[in-house]
Amino acid sequence: MSAPPSSLSPMRRAWRRFRTDRRGWWSLWIFVALVGLSLCAELISNDRPIVAHYNGKTFFPLFANYPETSFGGDFATQTDYLDPFIREQLARPGNWAIYPLNAYRFDTINYFSPSPNPAPPSAVNWLGTDDRGRDVLARLIYGFRVSVLFGLALTAIGVVIGLITGAVQGYFGGKTDLILQRFIEVWGSMPELYLLLIFASLFEPGVLILLVILSLFGWMGLSDYVRAEFLRNRNLEYVTAARALGLSSSQIIRRHVLPNSLTPVIAFLPFRMSGAILALTSLDFLGLGVPPSTASLGELLAQGKANLDAWWITLTTFTVLVGTLMLLIFIGEALRNALDTRRG
Amino acid sequence: MPGASGADDRASDSADRLLELAELSVSFETPTGPFVAVDRVSFEIRRGEKFALVGESGSGKTLTALALLGLAGDARVEGRVTLAGRELSSLSQQQMRGVRGKEIAMIFQEPMTALNPLFSIGDQIGETLMLHEGASRIAARARAVELLELTGVPEPQRRVHSYPHELSGGQRQRAMIAMALACQPALLVADEPTTALDVTIQRQIVELLDDLQRRIGMAVLLISHDLPLVRRFADRVGVMRAGKLVEVAPTEQLFEAPADPYTRRLIDSRPRRSLAPVAADAPELLRGEGVGCRFWFKSGWFGRKPFDAVRDVDLSLARGETLGIVGESGSGKTTLGMTLLRLASGDPSGQIHFGGERLDTLSQSALRPVRRRMQVVFQDPYNSLSPRMTIEQIVGEGVSLHQPELSDTLRRESIVEMLQEVGLDANALSRYPHEFSGGQRQRIAIARAAILRPELMLLDEPTSALDVSVQQQVLELLGALQRRLGLSYLFITHDLAVIRAMAHRVLVMKDGRVVETGETEALFSSPQADYTRQLVSAING
Repeated sequence: MSAPPSSLSPMRRAWRRFRTDRRGWWSLWIFVALVGLSLCAELISNDRPIVAHYNGKTFFPLFANYPETSFGGDFATQTDYLDPFIREQLARPGNWAIYPLNAYRFDTINYFSPSPNPAPPSAVNWLGTDDRGRDVLARLIYGFRVSVLFGLALTAIGVVIGLITGAVQGYFGGKTDLILQRFIEVWGSMPELYLLLIFASLFEPGVLILLVILSLFGWMGLSDYVRAEFLRNRNLEYVTAARALGLSSSQIIRRHVLPNSLTPVIAFLPFRMSGAILALTSLDFLGLGVPPSTASLGELLAQGKANLDAWWITLTTFTVLVGTLMLLIFIGEALRNALDTRRG
Repeated sequence: MPGASGADDRASDSADRLLELAELSVSFETPTGPFVAVDRVSFEIRRGEKFALVGESGSGKTLTALALLGLAGDARVEGRVTLAGRELSSLSQQQMRGVRGKEIAMIFQEPMTALNPLFSIGDQIGETLMLHEGASRIAARARAVELLELTGVPEPQRRVHSYPHELSGGQRQRAMIAMALACQPALLVADEPTTALDVTIQRQIVELLDDLQRRIGMAVLLISHDLPLVRRFADRVGVMRAGKLVEVAPTEQLFEAPADPYTRRLIDSRPRRSLAPVAADAPELLRGEGVGCRFWFKSGWFGRKPFDAVRDVDLSLARGETLGIVGESGSGKTTLGMTLLRLASGDPSGQIHFGGERLDTLSQSALRPVRRRMQVVFQDPYNSLSPRMTIEQIVGEGVSLHQPELSDTLRRESIVEMLQEVGLDANALSRYPHEFSGGQRQRIAIARAAILRPELMLLDEPTSALDVSVQQQVLELLGALQRRLGLSYLFITHDLAVIRAMAHRVLVMKDGRVVETGETEALFSSPQADYTRQLVSAING
């Protein structure tokens, strides 16, 4: 019951509570590490050596294109480093090459695969290949990166729009609130999936167009929470006290109302992100999402469904997806508990 | 009244003893180890006795009552509770349910939340009867009407079908009492039964309890922090402090010759008058002419209905003067204060002159520079400080706004100086509001207002949320600030004892209008309006 030795801001105390939740804490670090690794996907999983030394010259195939003739080949075309001939050339005495951990990019087709596609896991393709001969592990790594970045971007856009609209509604109330609420109701009743279908046929499908369409509809849930918090907080006496001090509306929102209304926003971030990842996956699964050349977890799941005997596609994609969502949910739970002022 | 039932009679034999608490302790598990909220409390209540437990908030008085009813939740309860020779502490939860409501009944502080809003009060009174006495629906309904009549609810035949929201606060508390009395309990536990009520109604409820106690002959355990009320009501009083029972004595003896120093401090902490007289030629600071505030309510689909929270109020306030605004809840006193400072959300009317300037015609942005000269301190020190700012930020916010030319060091110096003036250390600067007690928070709120060197301060129930001993300290601080800085106060309160100590002049409000206004002492000694007379008699007993 004694006062803490040093003063901690409410956010710092919440962070401290978050750290005591071991599951959430470890989930956060595992997730951060995975995202960090996937951002360096080109170094981990690529079909070109990072550095190659051939006949006394050093090459950086990862960053530059070299014709096959540079490595003793016959053609002036782009080198295929999976070609057994090139590998042999680079393995000669005096020559060396540093390969990435996994020797495929997400769109590499292994023309030299010993078994027909889809190939089960082997020493060549650790998690097998899909029905077009692309390495499953490589597609998982790149697909995870696309999903997480998409989730982050969608969440960030949703938070910004939701915060602004919620804050305007909640703080000013009255007519502003009424009009925006009605607008949200109309907007929210638009058939999102049909719009997606229409847009998918109108435009070249891509990550950007998906991001725009999902953002158009993804901010409403959050805006309701922020609005409710603002409605509550603007009536508290410290806001009236701030008005009595002579602060302007924007100063009051920034310094007094907003910081005290952020709790639900932060607590919902991981859940919104897992929702965004799942949305992208579902759309890809239905074929409405990113173009087939882009690595995507949903597209892998669809392939798994089309090739039920190729268990390695479904199983590995499923594991990655469930793992990601579970990490996010664990983080979210821990955050929610940490921000709950009714606890410790 | 007290002493009539012979409370100082020490020859109480065991048959006379209704409730006995022996070494009752209640503790909670916290991350930093067990916290003992009630510490080995022992006392007894005789049959038909009116016993009161007094103490400040957090002293464990309510928890003691909850523990003896077996309602202390997940707290650890130790010690023995005996009711009429039967040991309650050894009973199972199921057996306790038979005791609660039937042998011991309880009424709570807030009658609105203690009644279920979805059932009529007849149903809620009847429920206890059907549960404990197996009464039929019709019999229970008939008994409910009787009980409502007994507790003085007007038109009991009709009221029995009413829902809680259709009753006034006083009627709700009467319905609660009727509910508690349904099974003729031997002991009634009343936890702050009048705190949420207006003074005139408080008095009626206490009289009702007194009357019922005499007629039914039950014992009453009253839990309260209101010493005058306890003195009027109880036969014997127990004083609690920080979980310990420091003193138990017959009422008169306790109030006349308290044995424990804490009890003495508690009794002495009634507000004392220490006002500097206003200079006869003090210039006028604030004048309101025909001030009103109108709110609009929805009615029908598109219609709006006006409601005048404040109507046609004239007032004036000189420099260095305190004008008390008193009235019951809903009388419009807070709205009046907010309207005068142009902080109310309704439609204002009338003229407001502040230091020679017309306030009512200024726009909100033109008002901002004037704001420094008029500040507010609110009732609830828990809601009036932003929880995410340090004390330095809270107190310094107005300074950096109105004196942006001050350097950081100078600003910090003035903040420290102000904090010391309100009785706080410089090490409060980097701390957050949750680390301070209610009284300290109120000091911070006062510092935030006073650091701007305002001319007018609106004090909206500044001590109502505080314990009596703290209340006196805050009042003294306010008085000292007024003398030193020559402040004018608009002091809004429902507590007449406070206003009597603090105000030069008083303005009595009822239903948005001024009922009476006058010099404090004159108004208290010879009230003119009926309503004022009623108010004054309610506190004088």
